[in-house]
Amino acid sequence: MDSLLTVKNLSVDFQTDQGTVHAVRGISFDVKSGEILGIVGESGSGKSVTMYSIMGLLTDNAEIRCDQLEFQGVDINPTHFEDKKGYLAAMKKLRGCSMSMIFQDPMTFLNPTMRIGKQLCEPILNHTNLTKQQAMQRALELMALVGIPSPETRIRQYPFEFSGGMRQRIIIAIAMANNPLLMIADEPTTALDVTIQAQVLELIRTVSKQMQSSVILITHDLGVVASLCDRIHIMYGGKIVETGTDREIFYSPNHPYTAGLLSCIFDPREEHSELTPIQGSPPDLLSPPAGCPFVDRCEKAMKICKLKMPEYTQLSPTHSSACWLNELAKGGSEG
Amino acid sequence: MNTADVILKVEDLKTYFYAGGGLFSQKKVIKAVDGVSLEIFRGETLGLVGESGCGKSTLGRTIVKLYEPAGGKIYFDGQDVTALQGPKLKQFRKDVQMIFQDPYASLDPRMTIGEILKEPMTIHELYQNDAQREQRAVELLRIVGLKPDHIRRYPHEFSGGQRQRISIARTLALDPKFIICDEPISALDVSIQAQIINLLKQIQEESGLSYLFVAHDLSMVKHISNRIAVMYLGHIMEIGDSHELYLHPMHPYSIALLSAVPIPDPVEGKQKHPEPIAGELPSPLNPPMGCPFSTRCPYADDRCKREMPALKEKNGRMIACFRVE
Amino acid sequence: MNQTVTSEQGRNLFAPLSEDEKNNEFIAVESKTYLQDAWAHFRKNKLALISLYFLLFMLLLAIFVPIFSPYSYYEQDLTMTNVLPCAAHPLGTDKFGRDIFVRIMYGARISLAVGFAAAFINLFIGVIYGGVCGYFGGRLDMVLMRFADIIYSIPSMLYVIMVMLVFGSNIFSVLLAISVSGWIGMARQVRTQVLSLKEREYAQAARVMGAGHWRILFQHLISNSIGPILVNMTLMVPEAIFTEAFLAFVGIGISIPQSSWGSMANEARSLLQSHPIQMLWPVLAISLTMLSLNFIGDGLNEALDPRKR
Repeated sequence: MDSLLTVKNLSVDFQTDQGTVHAVRGISFDVKSGEILGIVGESGSGKSVTMYSIMGLLTDNAEIRCDQLEFQGVDINPTHFEDKKGYLAAMKKLRGCSMSMIFQDPMTFLNPTMRIGKQLCEPILNHTNLTKQQAMQRALELMALVGIPSPETRIRQYPFEFSGGMRQRIIIAIAMANNPLLMIADEPTTALDVTIQAQVLELIRTVSKQMQSSVILITHDLGVVASLCDRIHIMYGGKIVETGTDREIFYSPNHPYTAGLLSCIFDPREEHSELTPIQGSPPDLLSPPAGCPFVDRCEKAMKICKLKMPEYTQLSPTHSSACWLNELAKGGSEG
Repeated sequence: MNTADVILKVEDLKTYFYAGGGLFSQKKVIKAVDGVSLEIFRGETLGLVGESGCGKSTLGRTIVKLYEPAGGKIYFDGQDVTALQGPKLKQFRKDVQMIFQDPYASLDPRMTIGEILKEPMTIHELYQNDAQREQRAVELLRIVGLKPDHIRRYPHEFSGGQRQRISIARTLALDPKFIICDEPISALDVSIQAQIINLLKQIQEESGLSYLFVAHDLSMVKHISNRIAVMYLGHIMEIGDSHELYLHPMHPYSIALLSAVPIPDPVEGKQKHPEPIAGELPSPLNPPMGCPFSTRCPYADDRCKREMPALKEKNGRMIACFRVE
Repeated sequence: MNQTVTSEQGRNLFAPLSEDEKNNEFIAVESKTYLQDAWAHFRKNKLALISLYFLLFMLLLAIFVPIFSPYSYYEQDLTMTNVLPCAAHPLGTDKFGRDIFVRIMYGARISLAVGFAAAFINLFIGVIYGGVCGYFGGRLDMVLMRFADIIYSIPSMLYVIMVMLVFGSNIFSVLLAISVSGWIGMARQVRTQVLSLKEREYAQAARVMGAGHWRILFQHLISNSIGPILVNMTLMVPEAIFTEAFLAFVGIGISIPQSSWGSMANEARSLLQSHPIQMLWPVLAISLTMLSLNFIGDGLNEALDPRKR
């Protein structure tokens, strides 16, 4: 499979009143076409910031450093553009067309004073040569596709007339308006109830299959990831700590954080499972630890973990993890 | 269990809200809680689950007397507390505490952690002087796993999980007998959720208090609850032992709710494509006639659409469904 | 030898970390109180900061100039009338030979005193009235706010002129006149704040804890509305100053020979053709003071409201 999106050594800093927040600290990954990639992390792990920086949606106090950022072989690295205007113009062309985003809270994305139909037509009219009538026709198709009953009447309604689940469906319809190659879903089901969540996840699955587009799913819910994603990145403290296929992550987690996460989630199939929580709180990214970000909460932490970030150890062609325990094991087998 | 073991009993409780009602429009009644009866035993945790808008938070807040009930009775420790006033109400306020959902909103941003923890002690005039209260505050911080020097800091300097631990510490300041946990973990990260659950369990083991644990995500509720009540649109649909209910849900809504929980396993999770129940929660302004779930229930018949089934015992469980009868 | 040392170190590096060495409840942010934080932001707004210094400077002059100056505000020197600014009289003298500088500073005393006293009176009434309305709500709120509306619906100049006529021209009747309807804006603002804040979970938590109404209202609700209250107050000061100056200008304010910026402008009116500079000083004093108070209000608004940063 080709790589649709390539990110190399991306860092994002924010200048705030308190000081510099190092939200993302040198992460690299790629997205293959047609796959569903899960990025799992707690709030403040930098998962959303990563996606916003790729989409060019960050606020002005953000500072992006990046070695390589390519989408479909096109360079969209903001540091390679001469001025901000040119970069923003280039991103505007891409956004809503070949890459699009599904937001967590539909109400902040939808304009409350605009009819749903008009909001659906906007990306279509912006990026294609269709006439207004044709765009309306396409909007109706999209609404039917995402499972909104009687689209002919609902297309003339306003967002407040839709329920939370229906709004999220509209957001998905807007995101897929121009058959994007990549959809980034930022916690698409966090604000929804379980029964609605099941409906929306099912919709994302079928839509991505139908259009053969890649999806990056950002979430903190491992249950959601397991039922949807092919590959998973685990982020912690602004770094990717482990990468693998769904089975590798769930069946043979390597990094203590991944293992810890798995042991503190609930499995409805088990009758008596004990929760083993990870102690403490996530690192403060105003002054992130020099070594492994997880060191202060890790059961197996060693002296070196505090001093230096470990390199990635390749455990299989698809599975890699950054932990000193792997180095220790290697050293043990060598010596 | 005999009645002496019941710490809280709710009988046919109703909480209504009124919407609209201007000069020209009639007032609309929202029946957020519509005839709920349940019992909570000493030292037990009752989980209360349901989708947003089903009235579970309203039920909790009515019990803790933040809302005035429109009908029904609340008994705490054998005493009718529905219309409590004055010093008796103050005693009730000491015995029954609440942990709120949003750890960012439940702590007064202008107060230091020490002031926040000392406030309940000041209100109820516990301890002789401020130094003793401060000492107790430090001890409370230690119980919830925070450091003594955090006492001079302000809430916004803490992370979500830390703040939720602070609000737990605040409720513990009064040594309550009963705590209502109103979705205390739904705003937190997974690794932190487990921390909070274990902390609550540990506190219960040490002091033997009871919880009403309100939640919309079912995943964590099972771990902490002895029994679980499933609520839908102001009504209790099913109450039963938590393991039993999770393994063999009987009410069609409980079945739908549980099958919608994603399984954290890549193989099974992807195989399992449950037919998600169609539709969404009906508007509480305009609830269906009979059983509130009849609009989404795959088994609903004419009778369900006409009359509401009563909560009846079946195999040691309480269920409100004609089909199970 | 060298090698053993490094391997020794290597082994130490892989030794387990003890619990004490972990720092998992670490908070990097420096602890700051609300006011420290607000001051840090306020300081960044240069215009507001300069205005604040200007006002403080003005205040010091207003206090000390009339004390140390060789002239007084009422002493007339008919040999030295309508003098242009010179070394002895920095701003010149008026048609009665009184030193304008001293009179401006004496006027500043009255203007600032009226402005701040009125603001404090309105703060006091408005906060309590609005707080009670917002917190208790229901019928009480309805009745009290309609009463406020009725007071507000009558033009404030009407009260002012009536009060001045009944109680005579002195600083207290000016204050009373301004305060009759001045608190209503503050009351409305506090009411809206309290209405929204009382639904916050910390207010509900206080209720569950058993806190009394007054404790919830003052400790939790009003202390969290302090931002909008302070901003409203700074904008009330120039309003009161203006009203006082206006009253003095039309001749029903502070009585002669006490000087007020308004009455000085009134006196200079007759000399506008021959000595226009005498009109300049009171007008300049009024406008600079009001301008700087408005800038301070803007700065406070930004510093106290996190959404506006």
